[in-house]
Amino acid sequence: MRWLQDPILDVQHLTMRFGGLVAINDLSFKAGRGDITALIGPNGAGKTTVFNCITGFYKPTEGMIALRKPDGSHLLLERLPGYDINWKAKVARTFQNIRLFSGMTVLENLLVAQHNPLMIASGFTFLGVLGLGRYRDAEKEAIERAKFWLEKTRLTHRADDPAGDLPYGDQRRLEIARAMCTDPLLLCLDEPAAGLNPRESLELNELLLSIRKDHGTSILLIEHDMSVVMEISDHVVVLDYGTKISDGTPAQVRDDPKVIAAYLGVDDSEVEQVEAEIGA
Amino acid sequence: MNAPSITTSSARSPAVPTRFDLAAALKDSAKSALIAFGLSIPIVAYRTDQSGADLFLNPRWDMVAIFCAIVFGLRLAQHAFMASRAAREAVPSPTQATELVHAEPSAFQKASRFGIPFFLGVALAFPILIYLIQGGLNESRYWVDLGILILTYVMLGWGLNIVVGLAGLLDLGYVAFYAVGAYSYALLSTTFGLSFWICLPLAGILAAFWGIVLGFPVLRLRGDYLAIVTLAFGEIIRLVLINWVDLTNGGAGISSIPRATFFGIPFTAGEGGFADTFGLEFNGMHRMIFLYYLILALALLTNFVTMRLRKLPVGRAWEALREDEIACRSLGINTTNTKLTAFAIGAMFGGFAGSFFAVRQGFISPESFNFLESAIILAIVVMGGMGSQIGVAIAAIVLVGGPEVLRNLTFLQAVFGSGFDPNEYRLLLFGAGMVAMMVWRPRGLISERQPSVILKERKAISGSLVKEGHG
Repeated sequence: MRWLQDPILDVQHLTMRFGGLVAINDLSFKAGRGDITALIGPNGAGKTTVFNCITGFYKPTEGMIALRKPDGSHLLLERLPGYDINWKAKVARTFQNIRLFSGMTVLENLLVAQHNPLMIASGFTFLGVLGLGRYRDAEKEAIERAKFWLEKTRLTHRADDPAGDLPYGDQRRLEIARAMCTDPLLLCLDEPAAGLNPRESLELNELLLSIRKDHGTSILLIEHDMSVVMEISDHVVVLDYGTKISDGTPAQVRDDPKVIAAYLGVDDSEVEQVEAEIGA
Repeated sequence: MNAPSITTSSARSPAVPTRFDLAAALKDSAKSALIAFGLSIPIVAYRTDQSGADLFLNPRWDMVAIFCAIVFGLRLAQHAFMASRAAREAVPSPTQATELVHAEPSAFQKASRFGIPFFLGVALAFPILIYLIQGGLNESRYWVDLGILILTYVMLGWGLNIVVGLAGLLDLGYVAFYAVGAYSYALLSTTFGLSFWICLPLAGILAAFWGIVLGFPVLRLRGDYLAIVTLAFGEIIRLVLINWVDLTNGGAGISSIPRATFFGIPFTAGEGGFADTFGLEFNGMHRMIFLYYLILALALLTNFVTMRLRKLPVGRAWEALREDEIACRSLGINTTNTKLTAFAIGAMFGGFAGSFFAVRQGFISPESFNFLESAIILAIVVMGGMGSQIGVAIAAIVLVGGPEVLRNLTFLQAVFGSGFDPNEYRLLLFGAGMVAMMVWRPRGLISERQPSVILKERKAISGSLVKEGHG
C-alpha cells in the first residue's frame, strides 16, 4: 500500500462537469511514488477526462490535484497554467490519438521536448541569435539525451526521418521517448498499448518497467489491454460513469464483484431481484 | 465541339506505344476551326455601331480569322498534349513502383546546390551587370529600381514567412507593420531630425511592439477567425493613418522625408556630397545603387536571422506549434509567448522594410498600405512554399518582377490591336497563375522542409507530412 504512505499524486474530490454532463463525480485516489498505477474502466468512464484534468487541459469544476515533489513540497496542478504542469510540476503525458510533430524529424521531436532548458541556455534567444553563450554545448547535451532515448526505444536508425513516416508502433514509442525527454516525475500514458501487436505490447511492458526502475519515474496509465495492466501495474483504480468503483492491487481488483459487474454485467437472477425490489 | 478524338482512343490501349498521328490531328483541328468559323459568323463577324439614329454593321473578319486560328492552334496543342501523355502512361514510371527504386535526388536538390550561391551572386552583382548590359548609369535606372522593388518584397516575404510559414499563423494584415515602420521613420526623421540609422532600429522596435499588441487579442483565435482579425488590424492601422490628421497629415501623406545618406555623407551634387567626397562625377544613380545594397543587406539580415532562429529552440517551438499546439503545451512550451515572439519578430522585419520604403520614396501616404499589399506578400509566401526561404525569394521575383515584364510585352499589341495594354491584365494573369500553382504545386514552389538538426544524414521532409498550421 505504498500509494497511501508516499503518494506522488493525490487527487481529492475531483469533479468535472460539462454543462449538465457529469464526466467525473467526486473522484479521490492516490498514486504512489515509483508505482505503476493503472486507471481502467469501461468506455466513457471518464478516464481521459481525469488525465486532461491532471495535465491541465481541463480545469476541474471541483476538487484538488496535488503533486508531491520528492522533497515533500506540494504543487496544486489545477492552479498551474497548462504549460507549467510539464515544466514546473514535471508531469509528462502521451495522447490516445498520437500527437507527434509529424513534419519534423524524430530527433527534432525530442529536441522540442527539451524546449525550456534549451531556451534558458540560448539566453531566451537573444544570446543564441548572436552566437553567444553556451547554447552550442546545451544543444549537444540535448542531442545526447535524445540519443539515449532513441537507443532505449530502438529508434536510432530512424532519427533523421520525419515522425509522420514511422509505423504506428514506432510512433507510440517515440511519443513515450518524447515525454521522457522532459525528465518527468510522473508519466501519464493514455492507452500506450492501443493498436500494438502482442510482441510490441510485451516490449512496451519492458520499456515501462525499465523507465520506472532506472529513472524513478512514476507512471499513471490508462489501458484497456488487461495483459499490460495486470502484468506491470502495482495499483489499479477502476472508474465507471465517473465514479471510482474499486481501488487496490491488480489481484484485489480482479476479484472485485463490482468490477466484474461493470465490465461483464450481472447475473439475470440479480437483475430480476432488483426489478422485484423497485416493483418494475 | 464534339469532333471525334483520335488520340484518346489510342490512349486506352497503353500497351501499344503511341505515335503522334499528325495528319489526323491536323484534320481534326481543321474541323474544329471550321466549327469555330461557323459559330463566329453570327457572333463576331459583324459589330453594330450606332451613329445618331442609324445602326451600322461593321465587318470584323480579321477577328474571325484570329479566333479560328486560336481554336486551330489550341486543338492541335491538345492533340499533341494527349498523345505525349498517352505515350508517357504507356511506359511505367519508376516512381510508381512499389518496391524500392534508386532514389534520384529531386530536381530541387540538384538545383539548390548551385541555386543559392547563384542567386546570391546575381543579387550582389546585379547593379554592375545592369550597368554593363545597359551601358551607362542613367540607362540602368529602371532596372535598379525594379531590383529594389523586388528585394523589398523578398524581405517582406521572408518576414511574413516567420509568422505564416514557420509558426503557421495566418496573417492577412502584415502590411500594417510595414506601415508602422514607414510612418515611424517618416515622423521621427521629420519631427526630431533623427538619422535613418537611428530610426531603423526604432522602427523595428515599434513595429514589433504593434506586433505584440495585435498578438494578444488573436492568441485565442484560430484559422479563419485569426485571418479576419489580422485583416481588420491591417485596415485599422490604415484608417488611423488616414484619419489622425494631426499626426500623420491624413490622406495627403508625409512628404519631404529626409533621403538616405551614405553613413552621414549626403548624395548631393555640391561640396561634401557623396560624389565629391569620393572624387566621382555626380549622378543621381549613386543613391539608387546605395539603396539597392541597403535593401539587399536588410533582406539578407532577415534571412540570416530566420535561418538562425530555426536552429534555436524558439524556431523549433514555432514549427512544433504549427504541427500540433496541444502537444506543445503538454511538453511545457508556453504557446502564448511563442506565438507572440513569432508575431513580434515577423513584425519587426516588416518595420525595417517599411522604414526602408519611406527613405526610398521620400513620400508616404496611407494609400501605399492597402489590403492588396498584404495579399501580395501573403501570395509570395504561399506560392514560394511556406517555410522555404529560397522559394519565397523566387516567388517574389515572379510575382513582383512578372508584372513589370508584362509591361514590356509590346508585341502583344500587334496581336490584339494598338489599344491593348498588357498591364491592365496584370491581375487576371496573377489570378490565373495562382490557380495554376494551386493545381500543380498546391504546397508552393518548394514544399520540402529541411530539418533544423540532423544526427547522421540530411533528408528533406516531404511537404505532404508538414502541416500548414491551423491559425
